[in-house]
Amino acid sequence: MSAMETPATAPAPAGTGRSGLLTFNLLWGLVGLVAGYAIGLWIGHRMGSRFDWTADIDYNDIAVLLGYALGTLGYLGGLGLLNHPIARLFGRSARDVAPRTGWARYAQASTDHKVIGNQYLIGIGVFFFIGGVNAMLIRTELLRPATPTFSPGQYLTIVGLHGSMMIMMVSSIILGPFGHYFVPLMIGSKRMAFPRLEALSFWILPLSGLILTTTIAYGGFPTGWTGYPTLASQADIGMDGYLFSFALVGVGMILNALNMLVTVFNHRAPGMTWARLPIFVWSMLTTSVLMLLGPPMLLAAAFMEVLDRTSGTAFFSSSTGGSPFLWENLFWFFGHPEVYILALPGFGIVLEILPVFARKPLWGYRLAVSGMLGVTLLSFMVWQHHLFVSGINSSLRPFYMLTTELISVPTGFIFLVGIATLWRARIRYTVPMLFALAFFVNFLIGGLSGVYLSDVPSDVTLHGSFFVMAHFHYTIMGGLVFAFFAGIYYWLPKMAGVELNETLGKIHFWTAFIFFNSTFLPLFAVGMMGMPRRTATYAPHLQFLNDWVSVSAFLLGGSMLVFLGNFVWSLVVSRVPAPANPWMARSLEWQLPTPVPVGNFDGPVRILAGPYEYGDPTAPPVMELGHAVVPSAGD
Amino acid sequence: MDDRAHLVRAAAIWVALAIVADLIVGFLVAPHMPPGNFSNTASDQTHINNVLALIMTPIGVGVITFLVYALVRFRQPPGPLQDGPPVRGHRNLQVGWVGVTASIVIVLAVLGTIELVQAPDSSAGAGAGGGQGPSPISRPSGNPLVVQVIAQQWQFTYRFPQYGGVETFSLALPVGRTVEFNVTSIDVIHSFWAYQLGVKADAVPGANNIAYTTPKKVGLFQIRCAELCGLWHGWMAAKGHVLSRAGWARWIAHERIANAPATHYLPPYAKVYYPAPLERGG
Repeated sequence: MSAMETPATAPAPAGTGRSGLLTFNLLWGLVGLVAGYAIGLWIGHRMGSRFDWTADIDYNDIAVLLGYALGTLGYLGGLGLLNHPIARLFGRSARDVAPRTGWARYAQASTDHKVIGNQYLIGIGVFFFIGGVNAMLIRTELLRPATPTFSPGQYLTIVGLHGSMMIMMVSSIILGPFGHYFVPLMIGSKRMAFPRLEALSFWILPLSGLILTTTIAYGGFPTGWTGYPTLASQADIGMDGYLFSFALVGVGMILNALNMLVTVFNHRAPGMTWARLPIFVWSMLTTSVLMLLGPPMLLAAAFMEVLDRTSGTAFFSSSTGGSPFLWENLFWFFGHPEVYILALPGFGIVLEILPVFARKPLWGYRLAVSGMLGVTLLSFMVWQHHLFVSGINSSLRPFYMLTTELISVPTGFIFLVGIATLWRARIRYTVPMLFALAFFVNFLIGGLSGVYLSDVPSDVTLHGSFFVMAHFHYTIMGGLVFAFFAGIYYWLPKMAGVELNETLGKIHFWTAFIFFNSTFLPLFAVGMMGMPRRTATYAPHLQFLNDWVSVSAFLLGGSMLVFLGNFVWSLVVSRVPAPANPWMARSLEWQLPTPVPVGNFDGPVRILAGPYEYGDPTAPPVMELGHAVVPSAGD
Repeated sequence: MDDRAHLVRAAAIWVALAIVADLIVGFLVAPHMPPGNFSNTASDQTHINNVLALIMTPIGVGVITFLVYALVRFRQPPGPLQDGPPVRGHRNLQVGWVGVTASIVIVLAVLGTIELVQAPDSSAGAGAGGGQGPSPISRPSGNPLVVQVIAQQWQFTYRFPQYGGVETFSLALPVGRTVEFNVTSIDVIHSFWAYQLGVKADAVPGANNIAYTTPKKVGLFQIRCAELCGLWHGWMAAKGHVLSRAGWARWIAHERIANAPATHYLPPYAKVYYPAPLERGG
């Protein structure tokens, strides 16, 4: 493998960056953003006022979109992410922006994958919180069947923001923090393959989240996260924010995926064969394949919609020759792989954690890997199940019904692997293990309800109802988010060097598990009884169930606050230092000291065995180092 | 207790629980399974919902049983940390699992396909009430009543081309007669959802979307828009009526007379209508 031949100093010598206000950092990024936005808005108004389709209305999509574009450039410039490309144009090389140590690097474009992992954790946590607050507001509206709490426009803004925050901004909730932090550690690499690209792909995320959040000020967007035309063509300038921010997220996903793929392919330590690759790394690899191939479709679709809105093209307008079906196809060709971008990392984390707390090797490693690869392949062949009643290609419906149901075969592998790993094990009920086990229960319900939706006759009634909503919350909230919490309780001792309080963790788990099910299980019934998604009103006889769901949702929100309290308490107040390997795990990341040194491995690494050889007295230690790991100073 | 004894015992618990659960589903849940028996397409969906429930209940019970069995029986004993046996897989079990799950899935897909395209003269509806686009793959025999559903922000109107192209603001259908809904939209995407009839078809501007049903009972049904269509989407709901044959004949005759002045100014009946290009701010 090539990783160890790479000079240890790449991409920049340690300690070259500077901290302080007068260097490239988030502050100047925001200044650049505002300045760029103002310039873009000014130019756009000069340009746009010449065209009759923008001159006679009081807002101007060209100006807003140019503002976003130049604002993005200013933001990246202020953060110093353009230094290197510009320097290369002149045949020079630029210094790295961020220092290798100290708190200031968290507000700068750091090229250390561990710093970026922590940045992702905080950044995505903020968006998860905003999305969660929106969910609480939705449930507040649905406390009463017909008397609105919010105006219809406000309600649609809340619904749209909840969906886009959770599906787009939070889509990297596992690949972002844990993927960036632990994939290099798990494969024995000193860094990701493209550290500057890694910094860029992180810093795009808060920007797109900011743009998405500020659409509130422009009246929001009425389409939900799916952005269907022709409603999108009709909507106000909030829609431009949605399109631009989604396109940015798409770019971030593509960059992330490229980086992750190249890292796993080229930066594995000697001895880290494909058959020894931790299952979590496999899940990151397959997720990256989806993130590389899906988002280009989204970018294309978003660009078409931007042209429709600014230049009077008619990609999606049927009265002038286009078709809204085009968006539906392009969007779901991205959108269905996207839901597996959300599911696969969950499989990875759960199967990574099970052997550690079962004290048994992962049962059926190859089956688990082929399950993930099967899901990856099939997820590109099912997108029209979102369009079963749309009137498009009705003769293809049996085919999409078959492919959709086939996807439960590789998903079933994960269940077999999980349960067989637990069989005759020695299970320890730690907080991460509890979350990992709850994943199976939740994902089982999500998966079985998915069979109803894949079956066309059944889907005719369930399509677009709360049943769908309950189904994907079981797979995403019950699957991905529970796996994320498993991951954070499992890995935070390594990432932050402190232990999370276990009692609070168990309270968090039990309240989350109970109130999650109490929130979403009744929604299957609500949907079957005829309540459509995204409405502010419903039939009066559904009020009891809706109120039950709302109260459960508020309690679920309270459970998340328990976690937030635990997180802040453990990280800021109590700060109980964690041992280097609190779970007695075998995998590579736990063999390193806490905190992990800047260069990860202080010497050449050789992998001697797989990470799951529990109970095998003949198994060699997982790795050997050229010489002892020496914690470097000042980290 | 050896491995085989554990497996046998867990399997016995599974079989017992699965039988109980399936009995509950079959006798207590199935008679109340939505969307009910108001039309042939609704019955059709209710039937497949019940079949799916009966097939999937044992699967779900099985996974939960084996999971809970393992969690209860295979705990870490107190004292120093113990390792489990280093079992890395079981070839026959893996191959068997792939075969069994794949077979179940293919059976499900075949069942769904039969339900979807089955001959419409039987109790099953053509296309199970879903929108099939402009050229349906499964059509009912005979001469259905054609009802055009025109969606706009934020209401549905209905045109009856066999009755002089009259456009009405409310929907009534005759009992026992097959209806062909031609669903279209004149602004954004909507979805025509007649819940008790088991009909759902997206209303897409510039496209015709055909769905069939045959109401079996006289009574009310709920109509809602099932695709987010803007500001007042949540309020885009109405009630429809299924009337007796004679009652429906009186209703349509009355509508033709009452709407005659407006019908005069309507554009000729067409599968789709192209209004002026969209204005912003809807």
